[in-house]
Amino acid sequence: MGELIAFYLLAGVAVATALAMVLTRNAVHSAMFLVLNLITVAIFYLLLNAPFVAMVQIAVYAGAVMVLFLFVIMMLGAERVGGAAELRTQVPLALALGVVLVGGTLFAFLQAPAGLAPVGSPPAPLGDPAAIGERLLTTHVLPFEITSILLLIAMVGVVVLARDLRSGG
Amino acid sequence: MVTLTHYLALSALLFGIGAIGFLIRRNALIVFMCVELMLNAAGLAFVAASRYRGLLEGQMAIFFVLTVAAAEVAVGLALMVAIFRTRQTTNVDELRSLKG
Repeated sequence: MGELIAFYLLAGVAVATALAMVLTRNAVHSAMFLVLNLITVAIFYLLLNAPFVAMVQIAVYAGAVMVLFLFVIMMLGAERVGGAAELRTQVPLALALGVVLVGGTLFAFLQAPAGLAPVGSPPAPLGDPAAIGERLLTTHVLPFEITSILLLIAMVGVVVLARDLRSGG
Repeated sequence: MVTLTHYLALSALLFGIGAIGFLIRRNALIVFMCVELMLNAAGLAFVAASRYRGLLEGQMAIFFVLTVAAAEVAVGLALMVAIFRTRQTTNVDELRSLKG
């Protein structure tokens, strides 16, 4: 029962912050609401027995990625982008398609027999960093290495893209 | 009793909000944030499935989602900086040089 109350409270916060992020005019406020949303999802991860993933979520997502966002927003001074949407039909169309998307997904989830209760108490090391690290370097070692190449490519790409060509850099 | 369906429904809702935001916002930076929201919703579904099936694979997937998200944000923001330098705007409606 207590878990259900916690779930609904957190779900309310998550949905409210997501909506606020989409609706607020100021990009800095948007980023702050997204940070709040990411932290709420991290608390969900804690509820789901995944403490390591929760900490990574806060450190990498709510920390590093959002700091990068805020830095770029403030550097470009892009807090407020004026000018209304030129395609006036786009907003109602997007809302209709979004409602269809959510409705369809919810329908599929409610039809499917996914609503299983947790199978007893989960295996003890389910969210354990040691177990995750071992799995990453044994079973999933190929995707892990590909990920490192992806990060290298992203890093080189960012340096090339952000270079100011006019100053001959 | 919180079931897997609860988490999947919440995940679908967050994904839908992100998708709508992606379509209706004009500021490219907020469009990126909506992509983050959608990736994050997918992550929630992964971890919930991991918990309710007793498998670690869902939590593994998060790490790859996280890496892709970080790379996407870094490259995307570098692109925005480069575009802003030449066009002085981050409004996606005004970026139409490639339009035929």
